Amino acid sequence: MSTPLLSAKNLRAFYGPTQILYDLDFDMHAGGITTLLGANGAGKTTTLRALSGMVKTAGEIRFDGKLISNKDTADIVRLGVAHVPEGRGTFVRQTVEENLQLGGITQPAGQIAADMDLVFTYFPRLKERFRQQAGTLSGGEQQMLAIGRALMLRPKVMLLDEPSFGLAPLIVQEMFGILRRLNEKEKVSMFLVEQNASLALELADHAYLLETGRVVMSGPAKELSQDENIRRAYLGY
Amino acid sequence: MEQVVQQIVGGLATGAIYACIALAIVMIYQAIDHLNFAQGEMAMFSTYIAWQLMQWGMPYWGAFFLTIAISFVLGYAIERAVFKPVHNAPVLSHIVIFIALFVIINSMAGFIWEFTIKPFPTPFGTKPVLGGGILSAHGAGMIAVTGIMLVLLYLFFRFTRIGLAMRAASANPDSARLVGIRVGFMNALGWGMAAAIGAVAGIMIAPVVFLEPNMMVTILLYGFAGAVVGGLTSPGGAVFGGFAVGVIENLASLIPHFGAEMKLTIALALIILVLTLKPNGLFGRKIVSRV
Repeated sequence: MSTPLLSAKNLRAFYGPTQILYDLDFDMHAGGITTLLGANGAGKTTTLRALSGMVKTAGEIRFDGKLISNKDTADIVRLGVAHVPEGRGTFVRQTVEENLQLGGITQPAGQIAADMDLVFTYFPRLKERFRQQAGTLSGGEQQMLAIGRALMLRPKVMLLDEPSFGLAPLIVQEMFGILRRLNEKEKVSMFLVEQNASLALELADHAYLLETGRVVMSGPAKELSQDENIRRAYLGY
Repeated sequence: MEQVVQQIVGGLATGAIYACIALAIVMIYQAIDHLNFAQGEMAMFSTYIAWQLMQWGMPYWGAFFLTIAISFVLGYAIERAVFKPVHNAPVLSHIVIFIALFVIINSMAGFIWEFTIKPFPTPFGTKPVLGGGILSAHGAGMIAVTGIMLVLLYLFFRFTRIGLAMRAASANPDSARLVGIRVGFMNALGWGMAAAIGAVAGIMIAPVVFLEPNMMVTILLYGFAGAVVGGLTSPGGAVFGGFAVGVIENLASLIPHFGAEMKLTIALALIILVLTLKPNGLFGRKIVSRV
């Protein structure tokens, strides 16, 4: 097997003196979609924050063969890691256009216009809202903007934190369809944190289950979705 | 009536200086969430640098632009050397550092250039430009120079990528990091620009108040008043607030008997009034944190 695009070894993370993650090991391969499942407080968001250097960690994180643990967030992002954070991280006072420009702020100025057009092919709604202040968008539109902004980075991997959060079921379906197309057509690998386990297992090819900061189960998404315990605890049937 | 017009126009001239100081204060406030008490002293020190350059024979405008550049570098260096290390320290640590900077810069200027009052040249002359001595040439020059600077700053923040990055870094530092912006570097740039803006204000007001180490103390208070009136989160508001304080202060001096002596009191009363009635300033935005 080729070397993984993103991998963690013995990853531990701390908020002050409190340890949140205990010796996580995981790999994700280029082109794939990996999902991290778990209940509230299991450490899913912290794992993503650890990957993009936003919390103190011990252990090893490698991206594209390079050691990135405890590097500066901006430097990790510049390697091609686009983190779509919990709560979307919209620049609410800036316009939709400016939010997208900010997504590509580390990229050459010459490619911004073309990349924005690409974003609009996936999210035509953003084009209609182009000059509007981002804070005035609906929740679904803000989620589109967050993903569109991440796309402007031309990322190798997207770290997605609960993209379904607070959205109507219909919009969630649409959003996950777009994520699949982005993965297939734009070759964006994805690391997905999701509370909606059935959705996540449908989209992902590989899954890890997190309980109180430890990986308790992992494997191909299909296998996990058929596992008796997971079905009962996370899928609810 | 003529007196009122005269006071308003004169107020715009000094208001331009308050607007600069208010803007510099707001820029640093946006970057680190604290009021920079040493802003005035930094501007005073810059003014001495300009004076020194002219003493060494440099022409006025050469000294003007070189001082702006030096001030930018000094402001940048202060952030990197002093404030970056205490980034996560409690508020009181910041306040202590501001006070220390205030005293250090003040006494350094006195040590290097002595505490005696020095005259400072104006490139615009002192002849009145409007009928009846409503506005002196220097007053008109002050308004023009700060006006040009404010327009350039607006264009910079509105239309350049680095301006956009600086706005993003101050509006939402976490999200800014996630798009690859080096927030610390942007903060230092903000300090550099604030110091440069202060330098312009110092050089422009020096011919009026004369050059001495305490020249900026009251001006800083007016600048604070302007920033608070406009709102500490709104650069445009701060500029408006600065001009407003300048005009109000001048109009106050028309009040018979005590007006002229109560100018500063009125500025301070304005701070308290605004903070009581509209804590976020006229143009400031309430910080709402959504859950």
